[in-house]
Amino acid sequence: MKNIFVTFVALTVGLLAFSTYQGLFVAPTEQTMGEVQRIFYYHVPSAWTAGVCFFVNFLASVAYLWKRNAASDALAAASAEVGVMFCTVVLITGPIWARPVWGIWWTWDARLTTTLVLWLIYVSYLVLRRFAAGGQTQVLAAALAIFGFVDVPIVYMSIRWFRTQHPSPVMGGGENSGLDPAMLHAFFWNLLSFTCVGIVLMVLRYRLQRLEEKVEATHAAAALQGGAQ
Amino acid sequence: MTTLTMTRATLLKDLRMEWRSKDAINSMLFFALLVVVIFSFAFNPTAEESRRIAGGLVWVAFLFAAVVALNQTWARELRNQVLDAYRVSPAPPNALFLAKAVGNFLFVVVLEGLMAPLFVVFYELRSVGPLWQLIVVALLGTWALVVNGTFFAALSIRTRSREIMLPLILFPISIPALLGMVDATTAILTGEASPDFWIKMLAVYDVVFTAVCLLLFETVLNAE
Repeated sequence: MKNIFVTFVALTVGLLAFSTYQGLFVAPTEQTMGEVQRIFYYHVPSAWTAGVCFFVNFLASVAYLWKRNAASDALAAASAEVGVMFCTVVLITGPIWARPVWGIWWTWDARLTTTLVLWLIYVSYLVLRRFAAGGQTQVLAAALAIFGFVDVPIVYMSIRWFRTQHPSPVMGGGENSGLDPAMLHAFFWNLLSFTCVGIVLMVLRYRLQRLEEKVEATHAAAALQGGAQ
Repeated sequence: MTTLTMTRATLLKDLRMEWRSKDAINSMLFFALLVVVIFSFAFNPTAEESRRIAGGLVWVAFLFAAVVALNQTWARELRNQVLDAYRVSPAPPNALFLAKAVGNFLFVVVLEGLMAPLFVVFYELRSVGPLWQLIVVALLGTWALVVNGTFFAALSIRTRSREIMLPLILFPISIPALLGMVDATTAILTGEASPDFWIKMLAVYDVVFTAVCLLLFETVLNAE
């Protein structure tokens, strides 16, 4: 099992190097946006990976409420953290691209706002995990995760309506309708490598979580025997 | 004991306690009043402007005030281990949740009823659209805030620094509901747009989250 994971990490590192090379050097430069368009190869795969992580978080939370096993909870914690990290990357790379292309850092457009709200929801999930007391953390966090996941489609629907009601200052942009095959090629390599990075980070974070639980249990057992430091 | 009788008993108990102490309603009222005054200083709006910003203003004031009451929902059941007694009793957990949610709903609706004239006076509000639409939006929006708020208050009493925790987890989830309330209210007050979509959206939000709350409350109540 350990060997498989080490091989997977090695493959991911190689893949990441290859896809970065594809994105930075092989893919053609976009005509109107220029070099800054290359951020697309990191932005969109990060968004995808964040989405995958939040979905894993939802599944793990449901699994925890059903089976009540520590493994599901650890997976939920790991996926939420990695998801928030990728979502942060999306929210940072987006404005870097938008500034030269749109002329503004930020607009309250449907997709941007939904991503921001998504980020807020999962940060509040992490805050709850941090503040919840002792053995109740898992159940409370799992309940909140389900609320968050149910909320996402409603957020998207309502904000899209909100924005179609009032036209935003910046029209167009962002849509990759008719991507050049060479760009598509680089994009898919990056999509694959970012997904693998997400999986690697989730697995590592999951293991760390399980280790922390073990350390805590050992400390608790030692304290019960009166031998605690 | 059926859910209905249990809900009624708990609700009447809460209402009686509130009637005698008036803790929740007084603190909410004073808090909302402060928000109204501070907003008025901060924006200093004319009658025309205030009609445009009133939707946001009113709901932010009610949202903050509601958090004050929501935080007190479960605190009183913690004293003397009432909540633990409830957990070992055969009473259905959802009856307790519904009673608390309906109680909070009534408190916030009373608050809104008392505050509405103040808004009219301080901001020279006059609605272009029909009044009954405003009432529908207020009722749907208040339930949206209160049903999730009651649930999350039950979550946050289990955490360290409970009082700070509630808004931190309630506000992100409530963003679509808030957007709906604010936009519907502005649409009705200015009469420039139709609030139909937002009213439907609030109704969907209410149904979905009431279902999720009822589904998960027992789990959260018995979390150990």
